[in-house]
Amino acid sequence: MMPELGKYAFAVLSSYGAALVLLAGLVGLTLWQGRRMKRQLDAAEARLKESSNG
Amino acid sequence: MSIWEYANPKKFMQTSAVVVPWVAGFAGLCLVTGLVWGFFLTPDDYKQGSTVKILFVHVPTAMMAINAWIMMLVASLIWLVRRHHVSALAARAAAPVGLVFTMIALVTGAFWGQPMWGTWWAWDPRLTSFLILALFYLGYIALWSAVEDADTAADLTAVLCMVGSVFAVLSRYAVQFWNQGLHQGATIMKVGEKDPLDPAYYLPLLVCIAGFIALFVALVLIRTRTEIRARRLQSLLARERAAG
Repeated sequence: MMPELGKYAFAVLSSYGAALVLLAGLVGLTLWQGRRMKRQLDAAEARLKESSNG
Repeated sequence: MSIWEYANPKKFMQTSAVVVPWVAGFAGLCLVTGLVWGFFLTPDDYKQGSTVKILFVHVPTAMMAINAWIMMLVASLIWLVRRHHVSALAARAAAPVGLVFTMIALVTGAFWGQPMWGTWWAWDPRLTSFLILALFYLGYIALWSAVEDADTAADLTAVLCMVGSVFAVLSRYAVQFWNQGLHQGATIMKVGEKDPLDPAYYLPLLVCIAGFIALFVALVLIRTRTEIRARRLQSLLARERAAG
């Protein structure tokens, strides 16, 4: 049930579209960077532990 | 218990791990509720027609664009005075979030301005100060990346943050200071005054504002956690290199 946006449909839909794309990009990038950094840190800590044991 | 306990990275990581899912969940709930309510269930405005629906994205992101810079200023001052690394990293973590919110405010403002003002852009005091704020965000992010020594970068960006605060405040009060241009003054605080925002718009707007605040907090916490891990990774790699 799409609301009747009339002659302003382009302005309203473009605003919501642009905002959602930018927000999705920000959230996606934040989560991806966080997971990548955690993986790299875990690997470095494992290497350090291994070298101190061996 | 003192707030300065959270300046300890270990304590910050432990606490934020518990807090982030709740804040993120609250943000998601408020944003879905507020945006669906605002987009599907609000009536057209008698003057602005359906473009009034842009309000629910434009106003909260514009508010948070300014408030993000103020948060960065507070964190930067804490860094300069008390030298807590977590606060410097939190300021760094907030900048990309603030930049995206500023971009959303500028873009949605342009889409709103075209049918209402007849132009995508005008060198209006508020619009111009917001554009300058966006440039300050870009400069702040670039400066963090350009300086190799982390403490020097934190010092320099803290100074830049203080200078940029002038434009953050200007962008908030530009309409009152100059009293000219196309952009209208704030109506959100006019409850009980002349010409207030109708409750049909006011209530979903409050839900959206709560959602965007929570989203900002969640993203800054996640990004600060990433920055703390990056700092730890750098020191481990340096130790590995030194060990040969």
